[in-house]
Amino acid sequence: MNTSIKQKHLELSKVGIEFPTPKGPFCALKDVDLKIDKGEFISLIGHSGCGKSTVLNIVAGLYQATQGGVLLDNKEVIQPGPERAVVFQNHSLLPWLTAYQNVELAVKQVFKGKMNKAEMKDWINHNLELVHMTHAADKRPDEISGGMKQRVGIARALAMQPKILLMDEPFGALDALTRAHLQDSLMEIHAELGNTVIMITHDVDEAVLLSDRIVMMTNGPSATVGEILKVDLPRPRDRLALADQPDYNHYRHEVLTFLYEKQRKVEPVSTKKKATEAKGKNKVA
Amino acid sequence: MLKTANLSKVTALEIKSAVNTDFVKKATNILLLPMIGLTIFLFLWHIAAKNIDTSLGQFPGPSHVLEQANTLVDEHFNEREKADAFYERQEKRNAARVAQDPTYEAKIRPYTGKPTFVDQIWTSLYTVMVGFLIASLIAVPLGILCGLSQNAYAAINPLIQLFKPVSPLAWLPLVTMVVSALYVSDDPMFSKSFLTSAFTVSLCCLWPTLVNTAVGVSGINKDLINVSKVLTLSKWAHIIKIVLPSSIPMIFTGLRLSLGIGWMVLIAAEMLAQNPGLGKFVWDEFQNGSSDSLARIMVAVLVIGMIGFMLDRLMLTVQRYVSWDKSATLR
Repeated sequence: MNTSIKQKHLELSKVGIEFPTPKGPFCALKDVDLKIDKGEFISLIGHSGCGKSTVLNIVAGLYQATQGGVLLDNKEVIQPGPERAVVFQNHSLLPWLTAYQNVELAVKQVFKGKMNKAEMKDWINHNLELVHMTHAADKRPDEISGGMKQRVGIARALAMQPKILLMDEPFGALDALTRAHLQDSLMEIHAELGNTVIMITHDVDEAVLLSDRIVMMTNGPSATVGEILKVDLPRPRDRLALADQPDYNHYRHEVLTFLYEKQRKVEPVSTKKKATEAKGKNKVA
Repeated sequence: MLKTANLSKVTALEIKSAVNTDFVKKATNILLLPMIGLTIFLFLWHIAAKNIDTSLGQFPGPSHVLEQANTLVDEHFNEREKADAFYERQEKRNAARVAQDPTYEAKIRPYTGKPTFVDQIWTSLYTVMVGFLIASLIAVPLGILCGLSQNAYAAINPLIQLFKPVSPLAWLPLVTMVVSALYVSDDPMFSKSFLTSAFTVSLCCLWPTLVNTAVGVSGINKDLINVSKVLTLSKWAHIIKIVLPSSIPMIFTGLRLSLGIGWMVLIAAEMLAQNPGLGKFVWDEFQNGSSDSLARIMVAVLVIGMIGFMLDRLMLTVQRYVSWDKSATLR
């Protein structure tokens, strides 16, 4: 998309955050530096608990960075706003509203006074169509499947016409087939609208398939950006064709190496001895 | 062709038998078991009543109570007839006087017969509803405030804990004196005893709704709050669009508890405030001390129970109508 036009769109500089705990402040993030161009698709990947969601929440304005700051089009981000729409992990649709009404709530809030009623209606329907949910517009969240809920969640975010679309593991709770389907939909939408997207994921394939750049994060505490991998695969991307391509596998391998060798993390479920071993390895890395 | 026909026959039969057993099961659950329970209760009551002698005669058994229930209904209709007759006579008299002297302004005097049992039921229902409404109008907004703001909760919580366990009887003398002092009017719209009872009910109805609303509001899904933040909803829109719908189930739990408590409190309040309701009926019968008094009180007890049950069902119906979550089990 617009990646060729270099334009500083979103800038995270020296972002850090500390959470107060009874045992003193806990430093979750430190010195996160990231520059994102307009229209770029960025994935944040890392082990659970490394602060990916915290980065996203800071960009969204839901958390305040204790050090550094975030600039969007040269304006500091200090509070949440619809120009940074969030797609939440578990859809977060209001359960008492239909799919249409959920999108409507966002549209009414963002375009109050800018659109008349008919325009709003068209715009809501257009966004539901974008995620192929027109047929279930009048269904409530408990009447549709998990994948459909997530689609409506995406439609709601897109309907805000955000500068940046923030997605917190949007497909994490879905089965593999539905996930693949939604990933394809997301690629289509991204190609059509050219939004800037920051997506958190645990899924290496998802990250390589969708992203322009993959931001790999180190383990916390004091997590930060470890490596950034540029994915130079031509778009539109086709998952079947890519599966056999050496380039694609190379990128996958890079990410896997980072996650499982350089930032190897053993969950404390294992025996104490192993955990200390892992810590040692981490230091070496 | 034949096979499919056969098959459909079989499935139809199966379905029928399934429906049948289902029906029997349901009938057992809905009718038979409660009937058994009721019969056992009536039997035990009958036996126990026979063996209890009070200074007002034998404790009333089921048959005595049923008889008095009929008497009370009859009394109501007799009283109504008397009242109708009284108004008819009055109208005739007035008409006659107006015919004689066209400038005469007819005075209509109300019938002054004593309120019947049925009248007293209506008074009680009216009083409890007014008290409950006042309490709800205060408790729901206050509960929302407490749920939204940790500070408000910290400020109000001690008061809630302090006043929640207070018996209505302790409030009553204070409320009576305050109402007498403040409600001074030549042409009072409400009687003082009515206000006293209603306010006492309100004071005791407040707490369950307040506490449950606060808990419901503070327990709203964090993601929904984030949605509201990202959309930059105003405080007011946040309350109307997010907070209220998601805490409706808890609010109604509180309202139902409150109404139940209110109904219990009302009977006690009416006894002491001498508000013409069921409580006063019970008190009057007790003071009356005839051989039928205990049976009549027992009728009142059963009616109070039934009305309490119906009030709860009423709230449940309202909740079903208002709440978006139709799938939630409502008990």
